[in-house]
Amino acid sequence: MNTDIVSELSARFLPEAVITQPEDLIAYSYDGTPILQQLPRAVVLVTSREEVATLLTLAAKYRTPVVTRGSGTGLSGGSVPVEGSIVLCTARMNHILELDTDNLTIMVEPGVINNEVAMRADSVGLFYPPDPGSMKVSTIGGNVSENSGGLRGLKYGVTRDYVMGLEVVLATGETFFTGNKCVKDVAGYSLKDIFIGSEGTLGVVTKILLKLIPKPAARKTLLAVYERMDEAASTVSAIIAAKIIPCTMEFLDRTTIRCIENYSKVGLPLDCEAILLMESDGHPAAVDEEAQRMEQIAREHGARSVSLAKDIEEGTRLMTARRMAIPAMARVAPTTILEDATVPRSKLPEMVRFVQKTAEKYNLTVGTFGHFGDGNLHPTFLANERNPGEIHRVHEAVTEIFSYAVELGGTISGEHGIGLTKKSFLPSAIGEINVRILRELKRVLDPQGILNPGKIFDRQFSAGAAAARSAMN
Amino acid sequence: MSASHDSLRTLDYSVIQQCMHCGFCLPTCPTYDATHLERNSPRGRIALMRAIADGRMDLTRVFADEMYFCLGCLACMTACPAGVEYSQLFETSRAMAEQSAVLSNPTRDWTRKLLLRGLFTRPRMLRLIGRLLYVYQTTGLQDLFRRLAFTKLLPTRIQQLEPQTPTIQAKFSHQVIAPVERPRTGKIRYRVGLLTGCVQDLVFSNINRDTADVLLANGCEVHTPPVQFCCGSLHGHNGESETSRALARRNLDLFDVEGLDAIITNAAGCGSHLKTYDRLLAEEKRYADRAAIWSRKCKDISEFLVQICFRAPTAAPANLPIDKLTYHEACHLCHGQKITAQPRRILRSIPGVKITELAESTWCCGSAGIYNIIQPAMSQQLLSRKLGHIAKTGAAIVATANPGCHLQIENGAKSKGENIQVFHPVSLLAMAYRAE
Repeated sequence: MNTDIVSELSARFLPEAVITQPEDLIAYSYDGTPILQQLPRAVVLVTSREEVATLLTLAAKYRTPVVTRGSGTGLSGGSVPVEGSIVLCTARMNHILELDTDNLTIMVEPGVINNEVAMRADSVGLFYPPDPGSMKVSTIGGNVSENSGGLRGLKYGVTRDYVMGLEVVLATGETFFTGNKCVKDVAGYSLKDIFIGSEGTLGVVTKILLKLIPKPAARKTLLAVYERMDEAASTVSAIIAAKIIPCTMEFLDRTTIRCIENYSKVGLPLDCEAILLMESDGHPAAVDEEAQRMEQIAREHGARSVSLAKDIEEGTRLMTARRMAIPAMARVAPTTILEDATVPRSKLPEMVRFVQKTAEKYNLTVGTFGHFGDGNLHPTFLANERNPGEIHRVHEAVTEIFSYAVELGGTISGEHGIGLTKKSFLPSAIGEINVRILRELKRVLDPQGILNPGKIFDRQFSAGAAAARSAMN
Repeated sequence: MSASHDSLRTLDYSVIQQCMHCGFCLPTCPTYDATHLERNSPRGRIALMRAIADGRMDLTRVFADEMYFCLGCLACMTACPAGVEYSQLFETSRAMAEQSAVLSNPTRDWTRKLLLRGLFTRPRMLRLIGRLLYVYQTTGLQDLFRRLAFTKLLPTRIQQLEPQTPTIQAKFSHQVIAPVERPRTGKIRYRVGLLTGCVQDLVFSNINRDTADVLLANGCEVHTPPVQFCCGSLHGHNGESETSRALARRNLDLFDVEGLDAIITNAAGCGSHLKTYDRLLAEEKRYADRAAIWSRKCKDISEFLVQICFRAPTAAPANLPIDKLTYHEACHLCHGQKITAQPRRILRSIPGVKITELAESTWCCGSAGIYNIIQPAMSQQLLSRKLGHIAKTGAAIVATANPGCHLQIENGAKSKGENIQVFHPVSLLAMAYRAE
């Protein structure tokens, strides 16, 4: 007779699928979030929805928290284990199940890597646009759970805009499918939308039906250099006012540019305040015209120089500068704290200035870059986690930045999620009623509170709740 | 001495802390790809190292085994956005594992001592063994033993490895290259040292000769000390850091480091290690300065040739299907030394060469030093994957710049009955010059 969940799991799963060795557990005690760390009780590498159901049924029986994890690249602590939890790892559920070129959909298991979907789509002339920075590593399951964005958000939207259906295992162990291949579907509430961005707190996604679109035939890249950040911001506004929606409009500030230049010597100007990297894609004729208009608008709004890439290769080279931002900064300091405060586009200059001012106030180094087209900024603090004073100051600065973002009508997270790191900011950001509805929704779908408890908001301590408490409270 | 190199606990903590656990290394790691187990990934391994450095975990057998499951291919270093010095962490971990003796057993200890400390520190002894092996292979004894199934008397592990025994050359490097050779015509543009390696010396002395020829053809005076020491890469990668430092010192003594313009290696695995002599000997007063110069001057042959604008050949090697060629990137060239364009430049300079790019060309072939001996299962899995990609290119020639990969691919193709020839890029260039 089994008396605890680990021995019962060991009896029901293949021995190599249930991991309890201390050396293994250490390797599952973190995700991509700086500093956070918590050992799980065990890790289960699932391979099918039946196994997921078995695991959740047992978790319900023993009231043991379950934390779902894909590649563990999250930046808000969403897949960091909670104390006493079982980590449900989807890395081995990594099969592309169906590519439907008639309906332009692809059905995948949650452990499939984003880039594999993109490449498979590309091989048949189709396009999967969501491209989070982690696209070569992160899983589609994780992308759905965090509703990941990327560089193309302005024109193409985010993960949510491409999810047509989900197979979900509920906390009870029941499995159901929500959504289908129909473009139009209003049969009942859109349940799939509740699970997208739910950070593993409402159910475990075991199958994902994604929408694909035709691949744009052409692409052009521009690099504009500015003496003043406001000119970069007004360029962005003017381009959109001119009814052009470029697929990418990336911004780099002075600190970010310096880090990139120090690291890779790509030849960026050091005496400027901002750089805009813009990309237009679509029909070749339209792309040509758009790129020319964008170049003209950038010049009209004070760009010191604008260079138009001659071909795809040169465009890729220019975009490399943007991709260097994180590596370049990560090399400067041991701990890189990457935030994703987001504001309406029109408020961007104010927000960027505020970030700089706040960093100065707290004597911190910050580089800001991000997706100017959709208002999603990435203020990146360069610090050392072994310096508690400095980490405390980062926390203070981030708190001020979040409140200011909310004040400007923005949000505390554009694409990284709330997880553990931002839950204390959530009530003031979205309001008590919003939080209450989220909690009620959670209670309906996970009455025992076994699914990733303590994430997004603090655990609700009901009489029947498991003994384990959230690790980070 | 230099205890700081040999323990995670005394190592500069910032090296470990540089890992921000973003996970960008995961998809590039062959062992993680095979198991999808976080512990088998670079990020997982660094987490374990950090736990040891922090004193949260003891150095266990599981940890030591994990360090030897790692190929040391360094693909993670190419992928790492934060520039983590994984090779340093990995070598320190293996050294610490050896000191702790958690893997110790009489057979392993004896074999390691014999090979690492005995054989691979004594170049003359190594050549003697090579000579005996050559006699065994050329007198028909090997065939006889195989036919009489005497090999079946060997322990199972050795039996499995026996067919992979490399064929020894009739002449070793010092018998085919004079200590100093000068270009027959034209003026001397550079004075360079040539490293002849261990496996390269016994099994591929022809590649060393080709390297010398190519250097001569490009106006280099070539200095090749007849008796050279192992570069110490084998030792450094296998937890014998003290021996590795001793070998580095001997090689420094052997060459006129200040006077030479460059020190040339044609084996990727050696080059990747040779370039770290500066770090290895940083704390040794007598050697630190010269080691720094050495690291600056040490060049892979393809890197050096491109740097000096080598002369493109005007003819093609005769009777070779050079229009059906693919290039496999040795891990320690592309990841360890970040050299990817130069070997292709050399190949493309040969009239008639057509390169069909290999899928996953930077993915480890499973040779990985002595990995194919200590982890045969994983090694075979990687070899099959590599051979599958090679087959898809339809190539008749595989070019690669490391003796380990060379043997691994050659043996793999042979055992599958595939008609594939393996060449070092510099050999193809040398043949092209000779055809002029």
